[in-house]
Amino acid sequence: MAYAEQTSTPLYRDERFLGIINQVVVVALVAGVLVFLYSNMVTALRTQKEVPISYDFLHDTAGFNLGESTIAFTRTDPIHRAMLVGLLNTFKVSIAGIALATMLGTFIGVMRLSTNFLVSKIAWAYINVFRNIPPLLLLIFWYRAVFLKLPRVQEAIVLFDPVFPIYIANRGLFFPWGTPTASWSTYRWILLAGFALAAVVAYRLRQHGKRTGRMPLVTLWFAVILLVVTLFGYVILPDPLEITKPALKGFNIRGGASLSLEFWGLLFGLVIYAAAYIAEAVRAGILSVDRGQREAARALGFSSFNIMRLVILPQAIRVVVPPLISYAIGFTKNTSLGLAIGYTDFFAITGGLILNNTGRAVETLTIILLVYLTISLIASLVLNMYNRRIMLSH
Amino acid sequence: MALAAAPATDPQSNVPPPEREGNPVLRWIRENLFSSLFDSVLTVISLLFLFFALRLALDWVFNLAQWEVITKNISILMKGSYPRDQVWRIWLGLYLLGAIVGINLRAWNRELNRSIIAIAAIPLILALLPFASEHARINLIIIQATIAAAYLLTSIAGDKRRRRIAAVSSILYIPVFILLLEGFTDEDGIMPLVKSDLWGGLLLSVLLAAVGIIFSLPLGIMLALGRRSRQPAISALCITYIEVVRGVPLISILFMGNIMLQLFMPQSLPPIDRVVRVMVAITLFTAAYMAEIVRGGLQAIPKGQYDAAYALGFSGLKSMRVIILPQALRIVIPVIVSQFIGLLLDTTLVALVGLFDLLGIGQAILSNPNWLGRSQEVYVFIGLIYWILATSMAFASQRLEKSLGVGRNYDESQ
Repeated sequence: MAYAEQTSTPLYRDERFLGIINQVVVVALVAGVLVFLYSNMVTALRTQKEVPISYDFLHDTAGFNLGESTIAFTRTDPIHRAMLVGLLNTFKVSIAGIALATMLGTFIGVMRLSTNFLVSKIAWAYINVFRNIPPLLLLIFWYRAVFLKLPRVQEAIVLFDPVFPIYIANRGLFFPWGTPTASWSTYRWILLAGFALAAVVAYRLRQHGKRTGRMPLVTLWFAVILLVVTLFGYVILPDPLEITKPALKGFNIRGGASLSLEFWGLLFGLVIYAAAYIAEAVRAGILSVDRGQREAARALGFSSFNIMRLVILPQAIRVVVPPLISYAIGFTKNTSLGLAIGYTDFFAITGGLILNNTGRAVETLTIILLVYLTISLIASLVLNMYNRRIMLSH
Repeated sequence: MALAAAPATDPQSNVPPPEREGNPVLRWIRENLFSSLFDSVLTVISLLFLFFALRLALDWVFNLAQWEVITKNISILMKGSYPRDQVWRIWLGLYLLGAIVGINLRAWNRELNRSIIAIAAIPLILALLPFASEHARINLIIIQATIAAAYLLTSIAGDKRRRRIAAVSSILYIPVFILLLEGFTDEDGIMPLVKSDLWGGLLLSVLLAAVGIIFSLPLGIMLALGRRSRQPAISALCITYIEVVRGVPLISILFMGNIMLQLFMPQSLPPIDRVVRVMVAITLFTAAYMAEIVRGGLQAIPKGQYDAAYALGFSGLKSMRVIILPQALRIVIPVIVSQFIGLLLDTTLVALVGLFDLLGIGQAILSNPNWLGRSQEVYVFIGLIYWILATSMAFASQRLEKSLGVGRNYDESQ
């Protein structure tokens, strides 16, 4: 019995027990602090405004108009629809921006690796300058110091006038746009069919390339098929879209569609900033491919275009995509800077307009946190899935 | 590209590479600018681009831009509305900063490498700038002298003591500087209270970033250790905090701090200062990123270090404190510097919650009808200041990274 007593550790020195105690204490402490803060908040709200926390205000009418909207919105629509408008505006500028920043960043990253001294140094200067300037300053600069100094509507800059007129003025960029007509719904099916056809052909070409070892230009074929179907459908149907061109009418430009200067300011500022980071990621990705791969491909007689396409890029992309996805998340979060120049993104509408109009700080800020958190979590889920797929194919 | 290969039969023979012909300069130009037709075309396009870009830039700087908006407002851009008769306190704080820089340069001179001296000469360079006032010039030269004096004085101490002095003085500096700015005597005293609403300009920007980094460090270490804890409840708490904060934009946290911090406090407390609210928000935000940085450092420590500490009978806490953390933090110093740069650039966002940092002051100047239409000059000047600060710190951090023998890249995007 004495033996057993010696080996059994007393409860107060048992690591597992201590661990549980420690966790209980910490969780209780954190919970205590949170409850304390929450009760303070509830008392403060009760004494100051006499309104309990409630999300019913989301169904009230908005009472404000929104200039920039991809869906119909008037001042009598409910507040939650205004939030949706903001969310769509956030996605609009994010998608356009991420695509542009990826293109510009890849271009600069490849320039940075050029054997040409000047080209490489220009890319270096770009990266160095735009990584070390606040993005907020950049977009305010574009908006206030450049775009707002554009000529007035009456003296708008007009490009490609008779065929595809684009008006650039201090009220936005106006361009021709089509509104759907009766045959649009049929045309949509043709587009869908064309997309499916292109996807099938691309898939088969890829399989064929893998089997024979001679990879055709899959993306090019995909694009050509899609383009041909699009044009074909447009020719055979009676005008699925009614194209209107912008034109100067009095003190306004009518017809077509427009993108606001706020949109362009935010887009330019963030794209230029993000491209500097993407360029570095692309450079790191290309450098991560072993030199021997390039030399072996050259020895096998590949052209330098095919070396890039078939040897370097497929290997580099594994290194580039993970940081690219986190820059894309960063870009989406950074669109909240649109607040500074009055672009009505999700943050500006919810944390600006709605918060000021309703005074419901707690509720709106909670919604903002949840929405951005959801976006980030979905994006990092995608990132993890992608990483796992890459790991498997190794 | 073609290199002379030694004859395969006798790899030991010392055949010198064949003599390269021609003028080395011409050869360099041929190899780096005109190696092929495509290369030559690129060179010509680049030269044209550079020519037109430079001509445009120089024309703007010297002919079109009216720099009066900067020279007239330079002091407000630097310090906001801090009372004129109290500005000596800022300078005193900067003398102290000079001393800290001098001490640190001496303490870490082996790691920092000679070229860092260029950065130590920043006050002198600033004093030579055209828009510096007479008053500012004298003060900048005094700062330069303090750096040198502190450097020499620290030489007296032994190698190990130097580092301790450097670490302690650096940590104490920020609270002392804030006390200097805030003041502690009444109206007639030597240092009357200057409310933080009056702090602004570059002073506020740098202060916010420094406070954010320094106060978030202990919090970040705790979160990083918590995240690695084997106790599920604790690691779950820390992971939740870190991921939530990293998942939302800084501006939303600033709004939270600005609006909700007051609500969270007991009502008996006096209202919290706007600057303090923003400082708390920035610290809480940075802590999540700092936690990830520290975690990276902790992961880089070989398992053998933990085992050795355990074998020597160190308790978990003590081995962390004495063995693991000092090494882990040493590794991540360069990353912390780049986090500081990122934070400095991000502090521009406080202009959106109504603080007058460098950008906020710039906007305020531009709303003055006297300076209507001078936005390009103001924004370019502000950008230049940020760029100089960020690049010089990035340069220092690269040097440090090289001499510490670590090279890690962290995601710096928010």
